[in-house]
Parts: sequence; structure tokens; C-alpha cells
Amino acid sequence: MKARILFLVSILVVGGLLWSGLQAVHPFGEPNAAPMDEYFIANAQSEAAANNVVTSIVFDYRGFDTLGEGAVLFTAVISVAALFRKRGQH
Amino acid sequence: MNPLSVVARTVCNLFAWFLAVFGIYVIVHGHLTPGGGFQGGAVVATFMAFLLVAHGGRKMQSWVRKELFTLMECVGLTIFISAGLLGMSNTFFFNFLAKAGGLFGSTVPLGPNPGALNTSGTIALMNLSVGLEVVGGLSMILLYMFSGVHPEEPFGREETGHDR
Amino acid sequence: MTGNFPYLVVGILFVMGFIGIIFEKNLVKIAIAVSVVEAATNLFIITLGYRSGGSIPVWTMAGGGSSRMVLPTPQALTLTAIVIGLATTALMLSFAMTIYRHYGSLDVRDVRRLQG
Repeated sequence: MKARILFLVSILVVGGLLWSGLQAVHPFGEPNAAPMDEYFIANAQSEAAANNVVTSIVFDYRGFDTLGEGAVLFTAVISVAALFRKRGQH
Repeated sequence: MNPLSVVARTVCNLFAWFLAVFGIYVIVHGHLTPGGGFQGGAVVATFMAFLLVAHGGRKMQSWVRKELFTLMECVGLTIFISAGLLGMSNTFFFNFLAKAGGLFGSTVPLGPNPGALNTSGTIALMNLSVGLEVVGGLSMILLYMFSGVHPEEPFGREETGHDR
Repeated sequence: MTGNFPYLVVGILFVMGFIGIIFEKNLVKIAIAVSVVEAATNLFIITLGYRSGGSIPVWTMAGGGSSRMVLPTPQALTLTAIVIGLATTALMLSFAMTIYRHYGSLDVRDVRRLQG
């Protein structure tokens, strides 16, 4: 019983913090000045020679994050294969 | 898992190939239209899940083996890392095929244009390799979790459909 | 207040997933609630980068909308976040299956013993 009251108070605290924090973000549709994205849109065709700016960011300008993502996917597959191993399989 | 009825199996035989063709299209044209390696790989893994649900586990075991998907995933990740290491003379992940006139090396006219497939250097190579890796990985997760439902029996236990 | 309405939707989704994590007793339902929290986070990252009246950041057949494009960097970060959420959900469901095989029940209150 005491635990349920504690859980309800924690949910109210989290909800209140989210409510006050999400109203201080910039208005929807007008972001602050973003010089990095202006550079990407203007120079992606001349430097990376690709029409799709999002793909050139994922694989060319920030390819190191995609390497980490491939490692995460590989680790998940190996963990699932190790959990469901039967007796007698190498 | 029991295979589904004749209607579901016929629809699967007719329409599953559209999923495969559309998924490969999304992977290959990743540098021109929205899409790329991860999104197209998820669509082709849905094709595998479609076959597994409609035809049952025993027929799936007789068609594909788990070692095929392991090979696909490892080959994909190896090509991705070596495409990053080959441009090591400048930086890690340098786009050394971009405007060089070789395999993927045409230039792109600035401004809006209908896209050409021969452009964008190592980005197209990385799209194909990441697509291979995602297909192999997601299909392996599917097959391993399916074979772990009944661990005390082998993969093909006695299965009856609605009308077999 | 209606100017920031998408962000309030993100907050409501997050709190609903959080309630599901705390008050649910079935392991599969807890995994679904974690997936809802991850979806709320991805939605928040994407809606941060919207410019009103903008088109997608792709130059193929762009037409007249090439004057104003939405920001492409949050979309690239969300791609990675979605794949990580998928890996987390697959592992949580595999652990639920293994726990069911050992204990015989999926109730969180029954699986508290720490035995070999």
C-alpha cells in the first residue's frame, strides 16, 4: 500500500517536470538558427555526390555512428542465438 | 506452428514476391530517394516472416538453413568495415570513390535533378552491405526465437494445418 | 499552449508508458510499455527538426519546394535510435521466454527467488 502511494507520487513528479519542460522548447515549426544543417543541405551534392541529404549524413558525414549501430545489431543477434541453444550443439 | 489454410497459402505464394522486389528497390536506390540500408532490410525481413507464418515451421526448415543467414550477416558487416578502412589515407570513412570516375563515381549536377544510379561513391556500397546485414540479422532473430518455443522437440514436430 | 501541441503529445505518451512499466505484472506487457517509451522519444527527436512549409531534404525531382527544407540531422539520429530500440525489445522478449521455461509462469511476483 505504501509502495503504491510512492509510485503515484513519482508519476506525478515526472509528469509535472515534463509539462513544465516541454513548454520551454522553441515553438513548433521555427527552430533556432542551425548553421550545421544549412551547410549540409548546401554542400551535400558537391562533396558527397548524393541526392539524398539524410543518407549522406548517415553514411558519409557521420559514418562512425552507423558503425556503432551495426555493432549493436550484431550483438543482439549473437545474444539471441546464445540464449536458444540446445544441448549437444557446438 | 501450424500452417494456415489453402487461401492464405495461395495469397502468400502470389504476393510475397512483391515484398521482396520492393525491398530490394528501396535498398539499391538509397542515395536517390528516401530509404536506404536499414529500411529496405526491414522490408525484406518482413518477406521472410510472411513465408514463415503462412507455410509453417517444417516447410521453412526444408527451404532455408540458419547458416545462410549467418553468412549474409557476416559478409555485410565485413564489406562495411573494409569500405571504411580503404580510405584511411585521408580519414576513417573517407568517401574515396565519390568523384573519381570509377565504380560509382559520376558527378551530380547541383540543384533539383532526376537522379542517376552511378553516383555517390562508397555510400551506395555501404547501403548494399548494411541491407545484407539487416536481412541476415532479423531473419536469424526470427528463426531462433521460433525454434525456442518448444525446446524439447526438434524443429519439425508433428504439424497439422486446417485441411491437411 | 496550442503552439507546442506535438510536444505535449510526446509527454502524454511518455507518462503512459511509464505507468505501464510501474504498475504491470505481466512480463510481456512490461516489454510493450518499454517499447512505447522508446517510440515517444523517437517522435520527440523528429518533431524538433520541423520547419513550417518545408519539404523533405532530398534533391531528386525537388521542384519548387527546394527553397526551404526541413532539418536533416534529427532524422539521421532517429534511424540509429529505432534500430537500438528493436534490439532491446528482441532481447527482452527472449528473456521472457527463458524465464517462462524455468519458472512456469510470467508473473513478476513469482519470479523473485534467486536460485541456480
